[in-house]
Amino acid sequence: MTTLDELRVAVPAQGWLGEALERVAADPGVIGRLFPAAGRRVGREALADVPGWSADEAARVQLLAAVPAERVADEAEGLYRYGDAAEKRAVLKGLPLLPIADEGVPLLLDAIRTNDTRLVAAAVGPYARHLDDAAWRQAVLKCVFMGLPLSNVDGLDERADAELATMLSGLVEERRAAGRDMAPDALALLDRLKGI
Amino acid sequence: MRIFDPHIHMTSRTTDDYERMAAAGITAIVEPAFWLGQPRSSVGSFTDYFDSLVGWEPFRASQFGVRHHATIALNPKEANDPRCREVLALLPRYLEKDGVVAVGEVGYDSMTPEEDEVFAAQLALAIEHELPALVHTPHRDKARGTERTLAVVAESGIDPGRVVVDHLNEVTVGLVRDSGCWLAFSIYPDTKMSPPRMVKILQEYGLERMLVNSAADWGRSDPLLTRTTADAMLAAGFSEDDVDLVLWRNPVEFYGQSGRLDLSDVEAKEATFAGNSILRGGS
Repeated sequence: MTTLDELRVAVPAQGWLGEALERVAADPGVIGRLFPAAGRRVGREALADVPGWSADEAARVQLLAAVPAERVADEAEGLYRYGDAAEKRAVLKGLPLLPIADEGVPLLLDAIRTNDTRLVAAAVGPYARHLDDAAWRQAVLKCVFMGLPLSNVDGLDERADAELATMLSGLVEERRAAGRDMAPDALALLDRLKGI
Repeated sequence: MRIFDPHIHMTSRTTDDYERMAAAGITAIVEPAFWLGQPRSSVGSFTDYFDSLVGWEPFRASQFGVRHHATIALNPKEANDPRCREVLALLPRYLEKDGVVAVGEVGYDSMTPEEDEVFAAQLALAIEHELPALVHTPHRDKARGTERTLAVVAESGIDPGRVVVDHLNEVTVGLVRDSGCWLAFSIYPDTKMSPPRMVKILQEYGLERMLVNSAADWGRSDPLLTRTTADAMLAAGFSEDDVDLVLWRNPVEFYGQSGRLDLSDVEAKEATFAGNSILRGGS
């Protein structure tokens, strides 16, 4: 799993970000205005050393991590509630790196209900270990349904079970009846599950 | 031909529209926050709408190769409803979003004292958040409404070059031309402005600071009328570069003043267009 330290090395706390982190630590309420500006200030390019992360996401997660622990769950919820798609994605990706136990689960469930592939992909990362089994299986099935690569799902093989295999088989059957294809990664998962 | 529709309400349109727009060359749009036909009864109804303008709708547009930006404001009609006015306190959160390139639509509907207050407050927000402003002019008592609009703009202290005054016609075009504000025209099937009338206005007043939009919404309207107007310009003897100025470079220059207009996706596709470089505007 990506760590905060890796994000701090990739997007160092200099210039605008350095100042913003100090302001958030001193007065957490200011994060509401700094968080949306991060993309314009530090850029949005993909980070070569942290696969799957962009510069704005790394900066935003550092801003969240600068909020005192007792307030971070509330701030994360507010930033997600009022966030645009890129901000919501950053909050979702930051959840496993923050001291919030399972308090971020409602945000994950909200993201999984959307039809925005960027949000669903961010919701099935490491923090999805806090989802109950039923919600987790639905999230995996939704990825298949939306055409998202299953490589987005953290810990897929460790958690995939017989019930997920049943659900996937049902989808395969429907697709075949309709003369439609099933994604190869989903068929491969089903093959692996049949072996257990 | 590349077309930027600087005012269109895609929330009210279908995916068929997106497909037809992309095929007609309309690859960049701005969606202003406005009245949805059905009155809202709470602030939550606004925030869900604003969330859609910076979340779901840009995603929907991107699936058809259309770049979507938005403007955010409390619209003039609902400025009169005390249940809605509370949303003013939440606007600063949305005015910081990457995809928000102006404050709007602001202005007058019935020219009430409540509308005066909300209009002035939102022009002050535009100055504070360093955004341009998109100003709607009223459909009733339009000429006097436009005069009063320009007076409020002047009083606010905002640079008129960062204000666009919309839904103009033959009667109001001269007033706005003299104010230094940008001029916008909504081309409708049979009401506000038609493509032939638009061409005449461009012949008379020139192309500088002129924006042409479809303002397509939930009423009888047509998202392809920007393209129809471009074709009418060509038929009347305007050059392809003239069309590109009015239907692309002008809106890019106006909204580029926000510093947030990001057309990198469509620029990549248009990189070789007629050998022209593309103005970004802003920082």
